[in-house]
Amino acid sequence: MSSSISLQHEQSIFERLANLNWLLFLLITGIACVGFAALYSAAGGSLSPWASRQMARFGVAAFGMIIIAIIDIKWWYRLTWPLFFLGLFLLLVVEIMGHVGMGAQRWIDLGFIKLQPSELMKIVVVMALARYFHTATLEDMRRITFLVIPVMVIMAPVGLVLLQPDLGTSLMIIMAGAAMFFMAGASIWLYIGGAIAVAGMIPIAWHFMRDYQKQRVLTFLDPERDPLGAGYHITQSKIALGSGGLEGKGFLEGTQSRLNFLPEKQTDFIFTLWAEEFGLIGGVLLLSLFGLVFLYGLWISVRGRQNYMRYLALGLSVNFSLYVFINIAMVMGLIPVVGAPLPLISYGGTSMLAVMIGFGLMMSCSIHQYTKVSR
Amino acid sequence: MKKQQDQVKVFTRRAFVIGGLQCAILGVLGGRLAWLQVAQGSRYKTLSEKNRINLKVIAPERGQIVDRFGVPLAVNAQNFRALIIPEQTDDIEKSLRTLQDTIEISEEDIQRVLKQAKKTARFVPIEIRDDLEWEDVAKVEVNLPDLPGLNIDVGERRSYPYGEATAHLIGYVAAVDKSEVGKDPLLSLPGFKIGKTGIEKRFDLDMRGQAGRAEVEVNVVGREVRELRKKESRHGKRVVLTIDGELQRFTQSRLAEQKSASAVIMDAHSGEVYAMASHPAFDPNIFTSGITAAQMLELDSNPAKPFVNKAVSGQYPPASTFKMITLLAGLSNRTFSSRHTVFCKGHFDLGRDRFHCWKRGGHGWVDARKAIQVSCDCYFYELALELGIDSIAEYAHMLGLGEKYGFELAEERAGLVPDRNWKLGQFGEKWQPGESVVAAIGQGYLQATPLQLAVMTSRLVNGGYAVKPWITGGDIWGNKPPEGGWPKLNLNSAHMKVVKDGMDRVVNTKNGTAVGSRIVEDEFAFGGKTGTGQVQRITMQQRMAGIKNEELKWKSRHHALFVGYAPMHKPKYVCSVVVEHGIGGSRTAAPIARDLLLEVQKRDPAKTPLHEPNDQVVQNKDKQKEQTAL
Repeated sequence: MSSSISLQHEQSIFERLANLNWLLFLLITGIACVGFAALYSAAGGSLSPWASRQMARFGVAAFGMIIIAIIDIKWWYRLTWPLFFLGLFLLLVVEIMGHVGMGAQRWIDLGFIKLQPSELMKIVVVMALARYFHTATLEDMRRITFLVIPVMVIMAPVGLVLLQPDLGTSLMIIMAGAAMFFMAGASIWLYIGGAIAVAGMIPIAWHFMRDYQKQRVLTFLDPERDPLGAGYHITQSKIALGSGGLEGKGFLEGTQSRLNFLPEKQTDFIFTLWAEEFGLIGGVLLLSLFGLVFLYGLWISVRGRQNYMRYLALGLSVNFSLYVFINIAMVMGLIPVVGAPLPLISYGGTSMLAVMIGFGLMMSCSIHQYTKVSR
Repeated sequence: MKKQQDQVKVFTRRAFVIGGLQCAILGVLGGRLAWLQVAQGSRYKTLSEKNRINLKVIAPERGQIVDRFGVPLAVNAQNFRALIIPEQTDDIEKSLRTLQDTIEISEEDIQRVLKQAKKTARFVPIEIRDDLEWEDVAKVEVNLPDLPGLNIDVGERRSYPYGEATAHLIGYVAAVDKSEVGKDPLLSLPGFKIGKTGIEKRFDLDMRGQAGRAEVEVNVVGREVRELRKKESRHGKRVVLTIDGELQRFTQSRLAEQKSASAVIMDAHSGEVYAMASHPAFDPNIFTSGITAAQMLELDSNPAKPFVNKAVSGQYPPASTFKMITLLAGLSNRTFSSRHTVFCKGHFDLGRDRFHCWKRGGHGWVDARKAIQVSCDCYFYELALELGIDSIAEYAHMLGLGEKYGFELAEERAGLVPDRNWKLGQFGEKWQPGESVVAAIGQGYLQATPLQLAVMTSRLVNGGYAVKPWITGGDIWGNKPPEGGWPKLNLNSAHMKVVKDGMDRVVNTKNGTAVGSRIVEDEFAFGGKTGTGQVQRITMQQRMAGIKNEELKWKSRHHALFVGYAPMHKPKYVCSVVVEHGIGGSRTAAPIARDLLLEVQKRDPAKTPLHEPNDQVVQNKDKQKEQTAL
């Protein structure tokens, strides 16, 4: 096997930094700055307690992202399976600690950060599937027996996450996994069959859902059902968004959030705060920034020379977009409240860490696009 | 190689499908955002404002009620309340206990506050006690550093300085009933009180004033963040009464010697009411400070009905006080001349019925003046039989009986003046001559209120003017006298003089029925007429056995009435007194009327024109309040 286009020599660190996707870095920083502004406003015009810490976190995470980006992609390729099992192990640890210790705990406290293994798992599953499909041919993809292992790669973490219980994260892993199958060439019929199966599963799933999850679904279907209780968040969020109008109420002038009508304004409902203060113009601007990031991921992916990079970059882009879609659709009342953060903007360490690791890997795919990961 | 290229092709196609899907979803989200913010924007803007802004109603100060001299009869007393704001203290109970050492606080109050503190938001003040004395306020203020969370607040409470004396007249205020809550947002205000009876009710809207409004920005738990707009409340109008407060008090205390009585003192010419009292009464202040169930039960079960203003709503047979009307009707119709005499042998027979004169053995020969003087029943029996009821009724109406005056108190009743048509309509029966005989002496169907009797007397002695009573003046006129005075009645002055001569004699001559109550000083001398109203028919057995009325049960005794005027020569003041079951007019009602007429002449309230209200006084009062608050 010979390849006409392959870069022979190993890149130096400076070459890698020069090849870093600075435009993507700029887009990410831009989105993070929107987050800083929103957190500054959420605190009533103050850097503390949220904006300043978020800035520090972003600084650390950006540094980590660059480190990950300049590490040769083949190392990530080789580390995929160990990382996958480490992720599973951490999920198990959280699960056991939760049972032994203090109820439904989803994180491991490392002192400087509360590590949420399920967040990391989203990235690792994408890596594992990319690695598995890297060597697969189209014929392989049509073989059901070949697909047993990737399905297990998805279902093992999903099962553990469901036990936590965290329906939102489970669904995200499944959707990202489904996208990986799709890009690797899985049969369309698999999706049609899957859709039918899901439809059939709904009554069964309903039966196994926790009460609070049922509440969320019911409230989503009719937010006015309980305007002071569970529907309150959605209703108040819609009021905040709607009252923003075209131009918004102005920076620091969002009455809904300033007067605490908006729940969780610094985390899950931060988009609402932003759109209340900056209106449709601000909202569309932010959506466009996200859109550009998605397209950048797509661009890296289709420029990829090898399947691993192609799948990994696109999978990470899909993963990132899922965060965005779920959060924004939730605050607009399009889907039930699932408790998902808006990546790069919501206050919080783990989601920031997870997406920045994702971007680091995406950049690594781009920087080392001529590297041969195997064989 | 070919396979690999195929795979790349498939991948690229599918990658773009995924990218397209991502963009499409973003588009949907953008579209949803535009829908919410632009298409539905105004709707959500309204909702957001509603969220944010609380309308606060500011209660206005209720208008005062003052007497004709400007002396307050109903005021807004300062009500010092001790409040605690839970969020300002770490330990509510400790603050309360410290307060308990400082001023008197009951254990129940402490438990109630602690219980409430658990239920409400921590910034909502909770009332510990109201109606604090000045001394207590001072003590609390001094100890404030040791009482975290404690606040003293000055509220307002309606207070009636004259207490019982003005209870029926002024009425009282109390909490709004559910059925009364209407458009005025004030009525929904917690603790807001409205007039329930008397002047407080009649002029409630005038005195209520206009609510102020404050728009306050509130956060999600309802805490006020800042005030956006404020419209001050407008205090209610002041009501000036024609009443003389001290005379009112005197009247009330004079009646208090009886079990149940009422009296009216008014101006014979202008119609101003100077005093109007009904006994027994109640203390209206108990309604504003909170009436206990026991107090309420006691008042409610009293057979003398303390809540009824008998001066305007007590309806009694006018009895012999009606004889002036019968005489005036007889003289006017030329049935009898003033010199015509009737022989009274103690009874009068009509067919098989025998009607007795009050005096056993009779009065002998009686003319018009003497008939009034000695209150001879037989004279009027004979007169009425020839005159007929319709003539009597005509003059009764002319003198103000059987109708409402549109008086300021809603409790006013019309009384009853019967005639042929009335009986036909009421019972479908023909009027009997015997009924005219009974009506001539003010018994039977006839009914009149003390106020009506006072009006009747006024019209008899004021030269024949159709005066009507009124009680409010100044800005708020209730029953304003017409321009150019009250209309003249179609009465012959010579006839009126005969009647008045008779009434002068009642009090001031040897055989007069009320001579015992005579005022000897000529300048204060008064005239009038006694009346004794039968509650039960005197049975033949009782008459034969000579049972005295005082030996009967209280409820069965006669009502005692007196109408009078003074000074005798140039009447200015008129009074009517009704003592329920008081046995006899000359015995119980006349002495009261004497004292009232003497007092009103001495005080001479007519000399002073009605107090003119102006804002100057109100402002001074406000200033005073500020000073006391300091």
